[in-house]
Amino acid sequence: MRLVAVDMACHRGGRDVFAGVSFTVASGEALTVSGRNGAGKSSLLRMVVGLVRLAGGRLALDGGDPELSIAEQAHYLGHQDALKGSLSVAENLQFWGGFLGGSDDVAEPLEAVGLGSLAGLPAAYLSAGQRRRLSIARLLAAPRPIWLLDEPTSSLDAAAQDRLAELMRAHLSQGGLILAASHGPIGLSNSQELRLDQGAAP
Amino acid sequence: MTPLSALLVRDMRIGVRVGGGALMGVLFFLVVVTLTPFAIGPDLVLLKRIGPAILWLAALLASLLALDRLFAGDHDDGSLDLILMGRMPLELVVAVKGLAHWLTTGLPLVICAPLVGLLLNLDPLAEGALMLTLLVGTPALTFVGLIGAAIAVTLRRGGLLLAVIVLPLTVPILIFGVAAANAAVIGPTPFGAPFTILCALTLASLVVGPFAAAAALRQEME
Repeated sequence: MRLVAVDMACHRGGRDVFAGVSFTVASGEALTVSGRNGAGKSSLLRMVVGLVRLAGGRLALDGGDPELSIAEQAHYLGHQDALKGSLSVAENLQFWGGFLGGSDDVAEPLEAVGLGSLAGLPAAYLSAGQRRRLSIARLLAAPRPIWLLDEPTSSLDAAAQDRLAELMRAHLSQGGLILAASHGPIGLSNSQELRLDQGAAP
Repeated sequence: MTPLSALLVRDMRIGVRVGGGALMGVLFFLVVVTLTPFAIGPDLVLLKRIGPAILWLAALLASLLALDRLFAGDHDDGSLDLILMGRMPLELVVAVKGLAHWLTTGLPLVICAPLVGLLLNLDPLAEGALMLTLLVGTPALTFVGLIGAAIAVTLRRGGLLLAVIVLPLTVPILIFGVAAANAAVIGPTPFGAPFTILCALTLASLVVGPFAAAAALRQEME
């Protein structure tokens, strides 16, 4: 499976954010997108899943399920947690697992992110790092080959960052591919890097 | 669980938990209807004549109460992005959210209606007819409301805009709902004709609502 982007351009709010961005990510590979604030890292990830319109260029997925769009084969971990405070940790995950086409079993993903003991707690009581981990558990509850991670390590402590790196390595070894927007290292030694800094600063 | 049943269960859970709209809607309905006899005074004939209209107006306002958070809540916490990435057609997703909303806010109104009908001096037959019109009509209110909820999704205080958009669209539902209920309570017009039109309006809104709301959501998420 290969995700190929050719000459992508992004235009938001009357301003050209970036243009001429090309990359290729194959199964088992990770690509880290870096750049200053406002360089369009988040927009790039959102364009891949169709939440922001492509202003130019094209995107294609070779070797995926031809019946499904790229977005339907991808997980998007954005800045927002997509959690409901009035539902418990397990109920939140059960919903996303079920809705995104995964399993009802939430015990295993919750253990994997270290939230097994908090399954019955309403999500409103979680700390920022715990909310982040619960969002990450979503990636495990419904298997999808493409992971799009926007600042995945934000508000995670060192132990949780290590655990996330392990999960990402496991995902890559199973033939998945990862696109991550990040300012710092995300714990993957063999990832390619894409810098969005080319072009004039505003 | 299939994706749509997962969504239904989740939305209903949110609706009935603390902070959800279900309880507020019913309480609002009860308060409005209870206040009416105090405002109008103990004129039993008058109460009987305007009873169905009061109940319908209260049901209309109550079903609008929680509607503004229907999509805005999902938009604010990022859930809507992920829902758009799901494998379900957005129209079906919107329809299921509407169904969950009706089950938690519309259906309780229908169940309470006979209780508050007593306050308005309605006899049992009239209460039954009124309940039937509400059972058929409240889904139409919810599904027309979906359109307003989708248009107001990105606005911080979308509730006011929602009411301004949705209330004019509910005029036909209100006219035929109250006409059918009145026919059963005071006659002499037949119950069947307005009730059939009310059914038709509901069926049309069940189809048009999800498609229009899904189109509005797609437009706003650009």
